[in-house]
Amino acid sequence: MAENNVILSVQDLHTSFTTDHGEVMAVNGVTFNLNEGMTLGIVGESGSGKSVTAYSIMQILEKNGSIKSGKILFKGEDITRWPEAKMRDFRGKKCSIIFQDPMTSLNPVFTIGWQLKEAIELHTDRKGKAAEDRAIEMLKLVGVNEPEKRIHQYPFEFSGGMRQRVMIAMALACEPDILIADEPTTALDVTIQAQILELMQDLQKKMKMAIIIVTHDLGVIAQMADEIIVMYGGRVCERGTAEDIFYRPAHEYTKGLLRSIPSVDKIGQRLVPISGTPINLLNLPKGCAFCPRCDQAMKICLEQQPPETRTIDGHLSSCWKAIEEEAAAGLIDLTGPDGKPEDTSKLAEVSEKD
Amino acid sequence: MADKFTPDSQYLVQAHDMKMYFPVKTGWFHTTPLKAVDGVSFDIKPGETLGLVGESGCGKTTVGRTLLRLYKPTGGDMYFGGKRIDEKSIGGLRKDMQMVFQDPYSSLNPRMTVEDIIGEPLDVHKLYSGKKERREKILYLMELVGLNAEHATRYAHEFSGGQRQRIGIARALATNPSFIVCDEAVSALDVSIQAQVINMFEDLQKKLGVAYLFIAHDLLVVHHISNRIAVMYLGRMVETAESNELNNNPIHPYTQSLLSAVPYPDPKEAKARKRIILEGDVPSPLHMPSGCPFRTRCRYATDQCKAEMPPLTDKGGGHKVACWNR
Amino acid sequence: MGIEKESYNPDQTPKKHALSLQLDVSKFEKATDEEKKQADVMSESSSFFRDGMKKLRKNPLAVFSIIVLIIILATIIIAPHVVPYSYSQIITVDGRRDKSATNMAPFTYSKMEQAYMAKGGKVFPHIMGTDELGRDYFIRVVYGTRISLSVGVFAALIVLIIGILYGSVSGYYGGKVDLIMMRIVDVIYSLPDLLMIILLSVVLNEVIKPSGNGFLAKLGTNMISLFIVFGLLYWVGMARLVRGQILTIKQNDYILAAKVSGAKGSHIIRRHILPNSISVIIISAALQIPSAIFTESFLSFIGLGVKAPMPSLGSLASAARSGITTYTYKLIFPSIMIGLITLAFNLLGDGLRDAFDPKLRR
Repeated sequence: MAENNVILSVQDLHTSFTTDHGEVMAVNGVTFNLNEGMTLGIVGESGSGKSVTAYSIMQILEKNGSIKSGKILFKGEDITRWPEAKMRDFRGKKCSIIFQDPMTSLNPVFTIGWQLKEAIELHTDRKGKAAEDRAIEMLKLVGVNEPEKRIHQYPFEFSGGMRQRVMIAMALACEPDILIADEPTTALDVTIQAQILELMQDLQKKMKMAIIIVTHDLGVIAQMADEIIVMYGGRVCERGTAEDIFYRPAHEYTKGLLRSIPSVDKIGQRLVPISGTPINLLNLPKGCAFCPRCDQAMKICLEQQPPETRTIDGHLSSCWKAIEEEAAAGLIDLTGPDGKPEDTSKLAEVSEKD
Repeated sequence: MADKFTPDSQYLVQAHDMKMYFPVKTGWFHTTPLKAVDGVSFDIKPGETLGLVGESGCGKTTVGRTLLRLYKPTGGDMYFGGKRIDEKSIGGLRKDMQMVFQDPYSSLNPRMTVEDIIGEPLDVHKLYSGKKERREKILYLMELVGLNAEHATRYAHEFSGGQRQRIGIARALATNPSFIVCDEAVSALDVSIQAQVINMFEDLQKKLGVAYLFIAHDLLVVHHISNRIAVMYLGRMVETAESNELNNNPIHPYTQSLLSAVPYPDPKEAKARKRIILEGDVPSPLHMPSGCPFRTRCRYATDQCKAEMPPLTDKGGGHKVACWNR
Repeated sequence: MGIEKESYNPDQTPKKHALSLQLDVSKFEKATDEEKKQADVMSESSSFFRDGMKKLRKNPLAVFSIIVLIIILATIIIAPHVVPYSYSQIITVDGRRDKSATNMAPFTYSKMEQAYMAKGGKVFPHIMGTDELGRDYFIRVVYGTRISLSVGVFAALIVLIIGILYGSVSGYYGGKVDLIMMRIVDVIYSLPDLLMIILLSVVLNEVIKPSGNGFLAKLGTNMISLFIVFGLLYWVGMARLVRGQILTIKQNDYILAAKVSGAKGSHIIRRHILPNSISVIIISAALQIPSAIFTESFLSFIGLGVKAPMPSLGSLASAARSGITTYTYKLIFPSIMIGLITLAFNLLGDGLRDAFDPKLRR
């Protein structure tokens, strides 16, 4: 894929929050590119920094949070330097976000139509009747029956799934280039979740936008994403196509995550959980963020953050264990502290001992 | 009641025709019953796990709470170990029937230490002779659920969700119960932690022989942990079977669509799979459709479904389905 | 470490030797569990209370308020023992009444005092001057503060006790009991409090003629009626708050868990409901104190307060109105005092809420 297809490029993003207990390092050097019309999945558990990354792109962080360093390039322009007025235009028109909880995302005292119209009038030239027509058109697009009638109703008259549809209609009303979906179906039931996911895929085909889907649900990500970023402790562990991540995981965390989900093939077997407790973002380890919970942790994992390397099958991961395997396979030259080439056969021996 | 229900001694827990209606004010002087649970029957053998699945508002949580008599049931007979559960007997049965809650945050009192939270059921039932015995019992329970003994004096708010859930499980185990209702006990946890807690539930069952009523909305989790599964929709049970049987051969159209809607963590399979996507939303339990509650979203709905609720009938091998057409 | 940064490109096939790392291969040995544990530290243990105190200490306004209140408290306790004047007596110099020592400015001395000092006698300075009857104004302000503060604390206590009892019964039992109890609260809310105080003080003046030399007698019937009105009317806000607190706490799963364990109602109230609602209740009681002080000052100002010669901050301010242009300081001192006390209590209450209210935590 050529460079010019990249619509959004996040480079070495650091975001942190100041709290009473110290600085919470939520995102620590996240880099990724989003291509036009593609779906990027960001997957991780609570505290992995996946939502904060999304909020950083939109610059809708809470008051105590801020982007410490890094660039966010939208069509080549660094939006972290944009003034608030320009950002307002960016949000909604260029890039929209839908949230987990459709119950609190809508204002209960205004009708659905009023809220949709407001969003449309704010960002486009359509005013009055034209905006209302657009609102009805959008509701029809997201599968709300009898939109002419329903624009006069209030959010409480809509079910959870219907509200999420309205949120999607609102987000897409100005035909943004990017839709960020932050846990869009977590609050919904499975049958409704299936409806919403189907709708999002359908709309992506029609409107040709890029989607960033942020979720903890590996099932959702498997269904939706073309490319996947796995995050832990505010860092990217592994990235690649959906097939890379699910069939050829290289990072120990990704492997652990896939082992720990129950599935039909594992019935009767014991699940293999990741041991330990989630990371304390106030107190990040010096080396790899995952090492305190990693079964395969090595001395080097505790001391140095792993660099991102290309795995044996060609995607990228940041794991010393993977690097060890890559070196053993002769993909990476390892030189010792003195600069002389290391004997990689020795390395294979070391790993065999484990 | 037409025919009196007699409990079967092979079962630890039996519920027959459980009904729980909540009065909802619909006008100045008018109340309409909200039929949260409307005639649900099930039974659980000692040391067995019954999974109860359904979407939000289907009444699965109410079933668990009514069974433990946190609500006064509108109707039905519930038995525990051959003993009828009622206002009089429940006081003596509390020790044997416990519960683990969904929310690891609101289920632990933030002003109490781990030690006092786990010790509360011991205090209530006076299950120790002295301070030393209490402490020993608490430390044993903490070890049982994989908590560090040095955490005993810490407060609940200092722990992560998974550890909090362990504290809640230790509390439930304190009185040495033979039956535990797990109400969405792993739903709020991260995947990697969820697996730890599921394993622990399984280990405890092997070690202590407890039976579970495992209530959850996540079919994969329920399938993994349960011997049998019951599917609920709008206060009624629509299908129940051995868990593998239910998974491989779902009969009720609701179960079929529920199973097909589960997002499968495998990209090729997820993209290739044919989904039966249900139209529309779950009707309000205040305005229940006549006959079968699922007919408004069902592909096979006929006039018969409109007229009459289908009974739960055995399709062979204990696979029971409530559907006219299947 | 020399690492070539690669841009992410999934289509590319892996290159051989794309990276070159300088590493010590011996580091690729398995780490022990202890080593891993060291990297994973749990934060310091702290109880809810200690955590709250830590937060409170970090709040400069709250700390400032505490310091101001301690200074005020120390002054009103110590000053009467140090200053040789009494709040009700005209200044006496060398055993003789000093009729000329009226309306003096701060830190000035009358002719008699100056003469006495010239003879070598010692005179304690009039820090805030004297009033129109020749009484030391500083000691009057100190006593006024004593009265105002004790009225405030006492009234808050009455409100607290009645409010907790009424609110917890209503909240815990719920249903019809709650309905009836809350309607009574609504009725009491609708009564005009000022009118009630005036009516009560008129009636009380007739009914109980305070006898003897007790503290209450010195305060006068107006003050007694003020307390009664606080006891009768002002608890309703507290009762509503307590009831609301209990209703929210009852929603928590740990209450349900206690019920599943077989715990009885009294156990649940004692172990779960009270410890979780007490901080909010105490905070709101702390905020009740300045409002009571304000009410007292206001009533004293319009002449319904403490009985002369007992001063209160409000009556002092009221008395200062007559000479407001010439003796401005007489109005300024009690006003500053009222302002300082109410501000300090309000800021402290806010600080306490920020530090201890469970709803604002996490």
